[in-house]
Amino acid sequence: MRTLDRMLLSDLLRMWRQGIAISLLLACGIATFVMSTSAMQSLDRSREFYYSEYRFADIFANLKRAPNEIAERLGHVEGVAQIQNRIVHSVLLDMPNMIEPASSQIVSIDDGATAGLNRIFLRQGRLPNTAGRNEVIASESFAIAHKLRPGATLNVTMGGLKETIHVVGIGLSPEYVYAVQPGLLLTDDRRFGILWMPRRQMEAAFNMEGAFNSITIETQAFSSVAEIIYQVDRILKPYGGHGAYTRHDQESNRRLMDEMHQMRSMAYVTPFIFLSIAAFLFNIVLSRLVHQQKEQIASLRAFGYTRFELALHYFKFLAILVAIGSVLGCLLGWRMSVWMTDMYTLFFRFPVLHREFATREAIFAISIGFIAAIAGGFSALVRVVRMEPAVAMRPEPPQAFGGSLLDKLGLGWSVSPIVRMILRRLEANRRATILSVLGVAMGLAILILGNFMRDTIAFVLDTQFGRSQRQDVMLTFNEPLSSNALHDALHLPGVLLVEPFRTVPIRLKHGSRQYRLGLMGLLEGPSLYRVLDSQLQPILLPEGQGLTITKKLAELLEVGLGDELIVEILENDKAPVTVPITAVFANYTDPAAYLNRMDLHRLMGESERHSGVFLSVDSLEMNNLYKAIKKTPSVAGVLDNNAARKNFTDMIAENTRLMRLFNSIFGALIAFGVIYNAALITLAESGRDLATMRVIGFSRSEVAAILLGELAIITLLAIPIGIPIGYFFSYLATLAIDTETHRFPLVIASDTYAYATLVILLSALFSAWMVRRMLNKLDLLSVLKVKVS
Amino acid sequence: MLAVSAERVFRVRGVTKVYQMGEVQVHALRGIDLELFPGEFVVILGASGSGKSTLLNILGGLDSPTSGSVGFRDHDLSSADEDERTRYRRDHVGFVFQFYNLIAGLTALENVSLVAEISPNPLEPAQALELVGLRERKDHYPSQLSGGEQQRVAIARAIGKRPDVLLCDEPTGALDIKTGIVVLDAIATANRQLGTLTVVITHNASISSMADRVVTMVDGRIAKIETNEHKKSAHELVW
Repeated sequence: MRTLDRMLLSDLLRMWRQGIAISLLLACGIATFVMSTSAMQSLDRSREFYYSEYRFADIFANLKRAPNEIAERLGHVEGVAQIQNRIVHSVLLDMPNMIEPASSQIVSIDDGATAGLNRIFLRQGRLPNTAGRNEVIASESFAIAHKLRPGATLNVTMGGLKETIHVVGIGLSPEYVYAVQPGLLLTDDRRFGILWMPRRQMEAAFNMEGAFNSITIETQAFSSVAEIIYQVDRILKPYGGHGAYTRHDQESNRRLMDEMHQMRSMAYVTPFIFLSIAAFLFNIVLSRLVHQQKEQIASLRAFGYTRFELALHYFKFLAILVAIGSVLGCLLGWRMSVWMTDMYTLFFRFPVLHREFATREAIFAISIGFIAAIAGGFSALVRVVRMEPAVAMRPEPPQAFGGSLLDKLGLGWSVSPIVRMILRRLEANRRATILSVLGVAMGLAILILGNFMRDTIAFVLDTQFGRSQRQDVMLTFNEPLSSNALHDALHLPGVLLVEPFRTVPIRLKHGSRQYRLGLMGLLEGPSLYRVLDSQLQPILLPEGQGLTITKKLAELLEVGLGDELIVEILENDKAPVTVPITAVFANYTDPAAYLNRMDLHRLMGESERHSGVFLSVDSLEMNNLYKAIKKTPSVAGVLDNNAARKNFTDMIAENTRLMRLFNSIFGALIAFGVIYNAALITLAESGRDLATMRVIGFSRSEVAAILLGELAIITLLAIPIGIPIGYFFSYLATLAIDTETHRFPLVIASDTYAYATLVILLSALFSAWMVRRMLNKLDLLSVLKVKVS
Repeated sequence: MLAVSAERVFRVRGVTKVYQMGEVQVHALRGIDLELFPGEFVVILGASGSGKSTLLNILGGLDSPTSGSVGFRDHDLSSADEDERTRYRRDHVGFVFQFYNLIAGLTALENVSLVAEISPNPLEPAQALELVGLRERKDHYPSQLSGGEQQRVAIARAIGKRPDVLLCDEPTGALDIKTGIVVLDAIATANRQLGTLTVVITHNASISSMADRVVTMVDGRIAKIETNEHKKSAHELVW
């Protein structure tokens, strides 16, 4: 080994603590990036494979009922490659382990369920026997939630009849990667599942012989999707078509894409912070090393080593740290991406998970790490190159100090010499102090960033469930019912209040913009399901006024208050009408539009009809209510608000646990790395002062107070700076996860600030403890024998 | 000449010090017997490696002997633990080092005050600076002072606590003759005016003519102890 390399090795061994701190930060940066990008690529690859192998359809449409011949006509629309017509129906399941009924969508399958579009991947069991009675395939997530295996039976109310159906297989479909009950934010695998049943059985059960109510279409390459949709809508309109839509608006696909969009945006935020802090530490450590080895560098230059050889020597020092960080980062990132994809697959179901390692991104992250190292170490390297041997060998005078701010204010006398020492040192090393403060502040900011999502979601849930949707139960009917249904609902056990609603599939248009959604008709001043403004005050929906729409929808359609929208009702043949927008409000869930229900009936040209009801229920009567509902064939869906809320809360906790843990560790690590480095540097730079003080009679604790005082000031300054930075990062994160349809407000609870601050204080204390131990080992004698350097 | 009291400050008996340097044992002190008295100006003379610094460190409570005893007044220094030795240094010892060891972040006056604040019976810091002739430079930082001035601040810092013993380790080692004389004069002044037992270690024989007694060390032992009948002042020194 060459002598220079041996020197390098001994430098590394001597500075191993700082080396590790830097390599770890670098590793965290690379790891978070590799994790996000690998997880993303794994999901994307799994999705792509799934969609193409299992022929996920391109266009979807639901309708009331059409004879099968219509499907043939649809097949002839130009650009349509393949079409699959089917029957989809909502039913209630009576699960033995639940008091409330579970909701399910039953989807018909043809003889070859594993052929055609949206093919089923059979995980367990077999396909239903078309000749057999009531055999189904259950969706995997629902089966897992209820521990269903092939052979299990389910009690279901189908077409007004209670029936027992047999689960013969467990399966998945690209249509339901994310199976969510319509109208809900998140999946609830216990309360919502998909069942696939042979078509003949469904025809019989739902009185749909020779007819269908749902189609999916595969388009030919390069065909005009808009034209196909137009033709499909035109053909299906007389049959109560709800309007065709693409994958883009398909629930499961949209959720998956939203999630990946959010992941992609977040993939850059945290690694950037880690890498910039690593660059900063590189700067400190290399500058210090070069400074310490000034004479050595001068001697080597005097011996005839070239500037380039010496610069290369220090560059190798950086390179080794980057290499260690890169290896650790890639390994850790890979491991974390496995955890992350595993977590995602709890919500997103794929038949096969393709684990991808984001090689290109890893190389990119490592290069950025190198750039950070060089950027950080640049000034030190330049110093090496510029150093003149004769100048470098001369001993340096004591570090120049000026008065601290306190001195300038004439208040220097008010504090003890020790405090003065601390303040002046911090000020004389202003750049390092500022960087250290910023570094710790970044750690704090990462902790806030890692935890704010929980507060935001808690706020959304509280607004959603506590203030806006105050019903206990929402019932949806199989088909719109007359006002008798309200009367019946009021007589269900425990029901205190009934509020009806009407939902109609519409398409809103403004210029070239359009959006398909369910327009909801509500009472003028509902007390259960309320539309709230930004002050959380209810917005009234008086009769004869216009539309109330969400802000996100207004943005999507590029409209504002007072503008008019064209409302095209998809279910019937009525000509589109123009309705003004009379209120715009911010919500956190899907885009929505509301109208007074009487106005909606008028638009529909119908008498009072109800799509469902909101119920306020005596909590003691819940069981009886659900017993009664399970016997009510007209009810197609039940949504228990309290259960949903609990499910969301649990799920968010589960969902964010891993990320919160990572972020807490990383935030603490950053703070620790920065504080510990600052302490090591202070110890190296003022070790001589500290030893002198020990010699002239200061005790260990008194000397420690100087060093720890400095760390305490850095930490305490960092807190008020880190909090706004954390707020800002969180704000950026809300922008990053802003999808086309969802917008999250920025809400950070004081708990989160307190937690982040506590973690920072703990890691500061830990570094202080390590430093204190080093102080105890301070060699009092040797330090007195050395020149100032 | 100041009367030297008969009451001993230090009583060193049979002190040895052995350092283990890897596999080699270094015998720094091989049996030292010495008594030092209040108000004395003692120069310990010896070449490098003679053990003079080790002896000074033991007297100053920075190190402890391998065997033998060191009595400071009625205390036994040789058996004191780290905390007791810190206490001892704090209350009784003033140090002056070859390389000054001033705190870079404190002004001259503050360097002196730093010590005064932890001492039971200190001098006024300004007065201590006056004693070494640096009153007008009290607000300067070490980086703004010459080597000689820094060393005089170090002396002021050492005597600022009114120590019982002033220990100087090669105080002129890093200085030129002219500056060295000013520094030695400051040490002599402090010794005379405050009556502090002053021990100066040096390899510079010419300094010994300032001393009341000169202890010459060779190879870890005391070779001889001489008493000066006629002390010279610092300004009379030639080297």
